[in-house]
Parts: sequence; C-alpha cells; structure tokens
Amino acid sequence: MLVSILNIVISGLLMGGLYALIAMGLSLQYGVARVLNIAHGEFIMLGAFVTWTLYTVFGINPLVSLAICGPVIFIIGFILYRTLFTRLRISSASSAAFEGNSMLATFGLLFIIQNIALAIWGGDMRGYSYLNFGVNFLGAVFAANRLLALAFAVVIGLAFYIFLARTRLGKAIRAAAQDPAAAGLMGVNINLVLALCFGLGALMAGLAGLLISMCYPIYATMGLEYTIIALIVVVLGGLGSIPGSFIGGFILGLIGSIVSSWQPGLAMAAYYMLFMLLLLVKPTGIMGK
Amino acid sequence: MNITRDIFERPLVPGLISLILLILLSTLPVYGSDYNVILLTAILMYIILTVSWAIFSGPTGYISLAPAAFFGVGIYTMAILGEPLPLLAVVVIGGLVSFILALIVGALTLRLRGVYFTIFTFGLVVLIKELLLFWEITITGTRGRFIVLESNTTIYYVMLGIFVALMLTTYFIRRSKYGLALQSIGESEEAAAHTGINVTMVKVITFAISAFFMGAAGAIMATRWTYVDPYVAFNPLFSFLPVLMAIFGGMGQLYGPVIGAVIFAYLEEMLLTKFPYFYMLIFGIILVVVILYLPTGLVGLVQKLWKRVSGEQHANT
Repeated sequence: MLVSILNIVISGLLMGGLYALIAMGLSLQYGVARVLNIAHGEFIMLGAFVTWTLYTVFGINPLVSLAICGPVIFIIGFILYRTLFTRLRISSASSAAFEGNSMLATFGLLFIIQNIALAIWGGDMRGYSYLNFGVNFLGAVFAANRLLALAFAVVIGLAFYIFLARTRLGKAIRAAAQDPAAAGLMGVNINLVLALCFGLGALMAGLAGLLISMCYPIYATMGLEYTIIALIVVVLGGLGSIPGSFIGGFILGLIGSIVSSWQPGLAMAAYYMLFMLLLLVKPTGIMGK
Repeated sequence: MNITRDIFERPLVPGLISLILLILLSTLPVYGSDYNVILLTAILMYIILTVSWAIFSGPTGYISLAPAAFFGVGIYTMAILGEPLPLLAVVVIGGLVSFILALIVGALTLRLRGVYFTIFTFGLVVLIKELLLFWEITITGTRGRFIVLESNTTIYYVMLGIFVALMLTTYFIRRSKYGLALQSIGESEEAAAHTGINVTMVKVITFAISAFFMGAAGAIMATRWTYVDPYVAFNPLFSFLPVLMAIFGGMGQLYGPVIGAVIFAYLEEMLLTKFPYFYMLIFGIILVVVILYLPTGLVGLVQKLWKRVSGEQHANT
C-alpha cells in the first residue's frame, strides 16, 4: 500500500517536473510577450527530434545536446518574434486585437513546423534508450532517465526563477509583464525584451522536449497535447505567474498520476475537467492576482 | 423613379444571381458527374461550417474553436440513431443536440474573456473525444461505429438544403435588429449592455444557432463515411479550417466566408491526396500571411482595390 502510494506520488512528480518546465515557457510567452502560443508544443517536438537525431545519427549524448538544442531553438523563437509578432503588435489596434491575431498566427506556425517535421522525420513513433535502468527508491522502482529529467527540469526552473528575480534583465522582463508601455518609458528596450521572452519560452519548450525524448516515445504530431497541458497548467497557476506555473505543473502531474492509477484512459479527460472547472470558478488561478 | 430603383434594384441583382446559382446547384446531379457531386458536397460542407462559424464569431469577435465538437456531435448522432430513424429526422436531431450543447457551453463560458473562451471551446473538442474514447474502450468494449450509407445524390441534396437554410438565416440575422445587437456587442460589450441589449442572451442564442448548422452538417456528412471513431469525428482540423477559411475570405460581408470556403475546399481536394504534408504546410503559410497582410481578407482586399480604382476615376473627371 505504502509503496503504491509512493509510486503514484513520485511518478506524478516526475511528470510534473516536465509539465512545470513547459508551462513556465508558455507563461513567459503569454504573460509577458502576450502571445498565446498554440505552437508551443511544436518547439517541444523540435527539441525532442533534434536530440533524437543528434543521438541516433551522430551519437551525441543528450546532455551535451542541451548546449546545442537550447541556443538553436532560442534563436528561432527570437527571430520569429522580431519579424512576425513585432509587426503584428505594431499593426494591431489594441492589445486584445494583438492577442487574437497573434494566437491565430501561432496556429499557422503550428501547421508550418509540424508539417516540416513530418516531411523530415515522417509520422512514425521514435525513441532511443538512454540511462534506461531502474533505480530502487524505498521499494518503488523508477527509470534513471526520468529521475535525471526531473532533476534537470527543477534545476532549469530554479535557475530561471533566480534570473528573473535577481538580475537586471529579469527586472526588465518583470516590468514589461506588468505594463509594457510604462516599462518602455523607463528605458526598457521593449521590443528586445519581448522578443527575448518569446525566445526564452521557446528555449524552455525545446529543453523540455529534450528531456521528454529521453523518457518517452516521440512523434511529429505530439506537440498539441503538450501545448494543451501547458495551457491548463498556466491557467491553474495563474496567468503570468512564473512560480504559479512551476507549482501548477507539479500539481497537474500529481493529479494525472492519481487518475491514471485508477483509470489510465481518463488522465487527459481529468485535466480538461479540472481546467474547465477552474476557468468557470477561479479564472485567475492559484497564484493569480 | 429613384425610390423604386432603390427598393427593387438593390435586392434584385444579388437575389437573381442567388436564384440562378440555386437552380444550377439543385440540378447538378442531373448533368454533373458523380465526382462533381461528391466534390460539391464537400465544398458545401466547408461553406456551412465556415458561414455558421462566422455568424457568431464574425460580429462578436469571440474566436470559437468548437466547430469540431458540434460537427462531431452531429456525426455521432447519425452513428447512433441512423439505423432506427429516418434520415432527415436524424439530421435535425443532430443539429438540435449540438444546439443544446452550445446553449449549455455558451451559458457557462461566454462570460469569459476572449482568449479564455477560445481555449475553453477547444478543450471541449478534446474533452468529448477523450470521454467517448474512454466510454468505447472500457464500457462498451468497442472502438468506433459503422454507419448506414446513403447515395451521393441524397447526401448532396440534404447538404444543399442545410446550406440554403443557413444562408437565409444568416441573411435575416444580419438584416434584423438582432444582427445590429450582435454587431454592437462586437464593438463594445459594455456599451451594448447599457443600450438595453441582453448581451448574454444574444451571444448564447447566436452561438447555439451556429452550432445547430454544424451539427446538422456533421450528421449528414457521417453517412458518407462507413466507419467513424472519436478520432475521425472529433478531428481538431474541423475547428481550425472554418476559422482559416472565414478569415481568408473576409468576414465583413456575407459572401466573404463563402468565397474563402470554396477556394480552400477546392485547394484541399486538389492537394490533399497528392501532397498531404505540403497541403498543410501551405495552409499554415497562408494563415500567417493573411493575418499579417490581409486583416480584412480577400473581400476586403478586393474592396480596397476597387476603391482605389474608382477613386482615381473621380480624380480624373
């Protein structure tokens, strides 16, 4: 009994770490850059497939790929914001119009990225075996790669939080989240900061994809599911709240693991139920203002 | 003279064109090939999804991603009731079930801010799909259902009937006080409420009307597929395509979404079978380009060009 509870809790936390990382990225993109990025999951998929290719074709260790994947996806995100979304932001009449337009544009991005990936990697499930041995923890057994993924997710999440809380650039990002116009008047280069946020959001998605590829099978159309999970976590944690997203990720992971242990087919449905209830009862989330 | 011209000429020309089109469409199975009938059925289906999406989302600005949910509900209604009941009754029931679902969803969610509403409606599609999958796998132990086939001509005529009913409904909504109320909600919800419009009521009813047509279209379309499962019936693409088609065509005019749907349905027919990835890639690129450069859609672009041409003429005289 105790072992099975331990099993449920830990596998919830293992999943939750990945959810937290994904959601922090989306929270940054929506909370600060005001782009509700439906293509978020596609960056996760890109990260996963780039890692898979590097590992299976070139034999590069996934942990080394962290240093390759991250910057590449950051640059893609940064350029996307500088070209596409900055233009949209200037041409949109109001911030609400920008939110609607940019969301639709990310739908377009979803199809573009997904189908390029399908053309390159095909529609099959892929996977590789890395650190795939069991670790015994108080009687419950977990794969080492999943524990490693959790550790990295937590480290990346905390490092990012410290970056936001302690550095000058982090302060500029927080200012832009509160009021972009006022931040601009205080000398923050707003276009640069927003593009940076979008790029960082993409970076976190890419790194999450890398960690996911170590533990789970990957496929070119996997993105949307993770996007939806990220959306749920972001709403759960409170829009624009980075710590909220971090904690929300673990909460959702736990809920998923509890529901799965009872009825494996219902985890996704349970997420939606929770999400819909939350939107109706408390749309500001657990950490929202 | 002028008064009579104003009264008669204006509705006359578009009315006549519509009548000729309708006669051409309704006699199509007589002179057209089987392939043409099937192609036009698909085009009509996309027009119905797009125009009924635009009834609600066009004037109010709430971007709904629920079409796939209502369409899928229609499909499943046909799958469950198709055998015992007559075809037309099932089509109407399919519409009504979607209508009621939309009433409930609308009443719950239309208080939400724009982006939340969009996420919620999309969540609805996946929630219904997941629950159905769970139901089929664990409770009934089956996966998917078989549907009684109908002849291509029957499907075509039912689709045409839904299309005509939808166009009439859209036309009258746009011309009525009700349509003005919708328009004012889109411009400023608060101001609309202050002028005495029951904002929630108008939004929810319109949302439900648009869902009715999607459900009916789903019910009849299901008879073209011998087998459906939740993945087929609740394909999110049926949520994305109407949005793209409507935006591409332009939502300012009644015929904008129709034009968008016709062009895309035709493109899909041409490209999808030969280059499936390529088609979706183009789809994405067009979506981004339209949002960036053509915010008023194809119709808006034509109007702008027309204005420029006619403006120059005035300058010359």
